[in-house]
Amino acid sequence: MNVIQTIDAEQIAKLGETRGVPNFQPGDNLRVSVRVKEGERTRIQAFEGVCIARSNRGINSNFTVRKISYGEGVERVFPLYSPNVTEIAVTRRGDVRRAKLYYLRGRRGKSARIAEAARETPAA
Amino acid sequence: MRTGIIAKKLGMTRLFRDDGTHVPVTVLHMDDVRVVMAKTVESDGYAAVQLGFGHAKTKNVSKPMKGHYASAKVEPAMKLVEFRVADDAVLETGAVLSPTHFAAGQKVDVAGISKGKGFAGGMKRWNFAGLEASHGVSISHRSLGSTGNRQDPGKTFKNKKMAGHLGDKRITTMNLEIAAVDEARGLIMIKGGIPGAKNGYVFVRDAVKKARPADAAYPAALKG
Repeated sequence: MNVIQTIDAEQIAKLGETRGVPNFQPGDNLRVSVRVKEGERTRIQAFEGVCIARSNRGINSNFTVRKISYGEGVERVFPLYSPNVTEIAVTRRGDVRRAKLYYLRGRRGKSARIAEAARETPAA
Repeated sequence: MRTGIIAKKLGMTRLFRDDGTHVPVTVLHMDDVRVVMAKTVESDGYAAVQLGFGHAKTKNVSKPMKGHYASAKVEPAMKLVEFRVADDAVLETGAVLSPTHFAAGQKVDVAGISKGKGFAGGMKRWNFAGLEASHGVSISHRSLGSTGNRQDPGKTFKNKKMAGHLGDKRITTMNLEIAAVDEARGLIMIKGGIPGAKNGYVFVRDAVKKARPADAAYPAALKG
């Protein structure tokens, strides 16, 4: 490993002490707890939706979560190793056949459903 | 005026801070940066330190340079560079500089040799707009356009921006912030990008336009 990879690995290991990164894939439903700063106070906000994409780029890895909020589609990209993301919980495993579920953007209701996968849900 | 340091650019990454923010950083490596020659007003007419970076193989060092290193009793370096310093900031030969020379949060000026782009046209080199895509323009969509007037003055003025060699020259970026310093590994992390390619040499100095932190080691932070 070169020096930069070592620095990244150390940061990932340091983050692993506070929260792990669960095993999840596109199609899974996630509940992401995010630290939000409002003026002086900080609080935890949950963002719950379906993971539609993952980007694996070492320390720069991120994942995209999509949900329908008051009839409007909302997508949020989270850095996988950010300390602001305090927890990633998998609520449901989805059965999908592609890595990027961008086709969900053009769909609503019944056609935007994802079948539940028979994959094991880890105890979390 | 303290000495600057010479370092090698390793690449970029990001640092996640505990407060949730993250900082894009360029990682610089100081490989045994040591004083090869000290120049004083009495002996040379001006004060400066010559720093060496890394270790060169003996077979790649010329005879005159071997003598130069031998007189300073230091190992041959991959790269030599001289920094002007104040009269009272001249260092002893053989002294090894530490990354803690710079403190986190301090502002520095970083110089490097920018990436060479070869012979570049006016659009890339000077951000010219080029010609139109249609309306009768033929073949010359990326050309410069006019370079002057008519019979009077009858010439193209000197320094007219034209196509030519782009990049591969010394660029100084001022007032960059030191994000972190790693003494054990000899690393300096600077917020943001700095000129030059990976594995290129860069020169880091205290910012000229910002005050040096009061707790900065003077004349320099040395190892050991």
